[in-house]
Amino acid sequence: MSSGLPTLPARQIENLLASYGNAVARRRRQSILVLGTLAVLAVAASRFAEVDIAHLLHHLSGLTSYFGRILPKLRSGHLTGDIADWYWNALGWLKLLFDTVLIAYLATLTAATAAGAMAFLAAANVAPSGILRWCVKRLFEFCRTVPDLVFALIFVSAFGLGPLAGILAIGIHSFGALGKLFTEVAENIEMNPVEAVRSTGGRFADIVRFGALPQVLPNFASYALLRFEINVRASSIVGFVGAGGIGQDLFVAIRKFYYTDVSAILLMIIVTVSLIDLITERIRHRLAPVEHVP
Amino acid sequence: MSVRQAIFAEDTRVVLARYRRALIKPWPVRLAEIMVSTGVLGLALFSLWWLGISFRQLGSGLAELGKFLGLMLPPSTGGHLWLFVKAMSETLAIAFLGTLIAAILAAPLALLAAKNTTPSPVLRFLIRRFFDCLRGIDTLIWALVFVGTVGLGPFAGVLAIAVSDTGSFGKLFSEAIEATQKRERETVIACGGGPWISIRFGLLPQVLPIIAGQILYFFESNTRSATIIGIVGAGGIGLQLSEQIRTYDFDRVAFIVLMILAVVAVIDWISGKLRFAIIGRRQALA
Repeated sequence: MSSGLPTLPARQIENLLASYGNAVARRRRQSILVLGTLAVLAVAASRFAEVDIAHLLHHLSGLTSYFGRILPKLRSGHLTGDIADWYWNALGWLKLLFDTVLIAYLATLTAATAAGAMAFLAAANVAPSGILRWCVKRLFEFCRTVPDLVFALIFVSAFGLGPLAGILAIGIHSFGALGKLFTEVAENIEMNPVEAVRSTGGRFADIVRFGALPQVLPNFASYALLRFEINVRASSIVGFVGAGGIGQDLFVAIRKFYYTDVSAILLMIIVTVSLIDLITERIRHRLAPVEHVP
Repeated sequence: MSVRQAIFAEDTRVVLARYRRALIKPWPVRLAEIMVSTGVLGLALFSLWWLGISFRQLGSGLAELGKFLGLMLPPSTGGHLWLFVKAMSETLAIAFLGTLIAAILAAPLALLAAKNTTPSPVLRFLIRRFFDCLRGIDTLIWALVFVGTVGLGPFAGVLAIAVSDTGSFGKLFSEAIEATQKRERETVIACGGGPWISIRFGLLPQVLPIIAGQILYFFESNTRSATIIGIVGAGGIGLQLSEQIRTYDFDRVAFIVLMILAVVAVIDWISGKLRFAIIGRRQALA
């Protein structure tokens, strides 16, 4: 009968069990409430989004065969011939891909320069005026909240089809995103050099140039490179609305069901993006070895 | 030269002589700096030439853009308020369902991709590359593919967000699972629990708050992406937006953009509150 373990008196056990039961029941009620809310929202949302499971099941075979069809037919006998067929437009696509990377480069460079110049106007510790600071922060916010594709659509109407619209669209969106990051970097600098410059009579421009800039430059460059990676992805998309780069060809290939072209272009984009990620990561590590980039 | 300036010049010379190494950069550094900045600038000029960008195009485009801005004021619904509100709720529905489906699909897959729940390295490798594939292709490309297979409409948008986020969630969830403490699960197993029980009581309570925070964060960012997938025909406000731009109804464009900004701000605010409530303010900021 005796297990060797001391047991509590029955009344104490009862109390403990009761409070445990209460705690579990409370948490269970909470979970049911959360799940119930989610379920109600999901049902409401599926009405809005015209979700139709039967429709999906009906098209499911089409979907799987789609992925079967975009894969090229590669036979071991005529491998080179098959690859040549698959990449029949390799040179044209390479040129477009090069365009895409250059669009991302110009957009990042312009955005980083502009954001770098304006970040100090928005940083609480060096900003010369409160009103100006508020305005610049709202400008950054606006630029990064409007999606780059929306800018691209408007710019294509204004500047005509071609890479200029893409550069400006991606550039403005990155300007907003980098502006926020740069401001945060500038707000976290060591204030001693800034005060030193200020004590010798330096104005805002001197403070920025000699007190702040040397501290923030590696971080700015690191964030700009990170943004370049993101922008290469973005610039392969802006072609969907006619703003230059490889997106245009990808759009046509998907829309017109040129199956193997889709996989050929996608593969090229993925390889390019990973290569660029690799290279920029190397550079970023050399710039700021201990820096944590979110 | 005044006396003061003379003293100052003298000081400068003395200081310069004493702290030469701190004040004047050695020539290899200087050379490297010059080379890097020339390279950056040269590549920019080359890009401008290669892409055939002229300042004339920039100028005439800016003039055109100025005209558009004039047309944008004042923003107006053009009598389509109800249509725009409906499209906006469609966008929210797309983002919500897409995120929810992605989270439900990714959770079990993430268990298969985490080191501490799946011993087989081959299976782990395959699942991880699968996530990479889904993630590597942009949401907009998925949207275009789904419009081609299930037809125009918001359903294609839901599927696009669900598929591409399954990849992202899978990666994030499996990382969260791998970062858990081993002890809790070992305790459950020591009490006689099997592998499933140990995951339910030893692992889930640790990862749930992190995962919930990530899901909310993605819901925020998906509200933004859901506004643009309509441009390729996958439903929501993007469709209205691109149509109004194509017909040069810029007062309506301005209204829609302002509406998107307001809704995104509200969603950010709500989801931020929820995230802080779930995982605590300190962690959410970190």
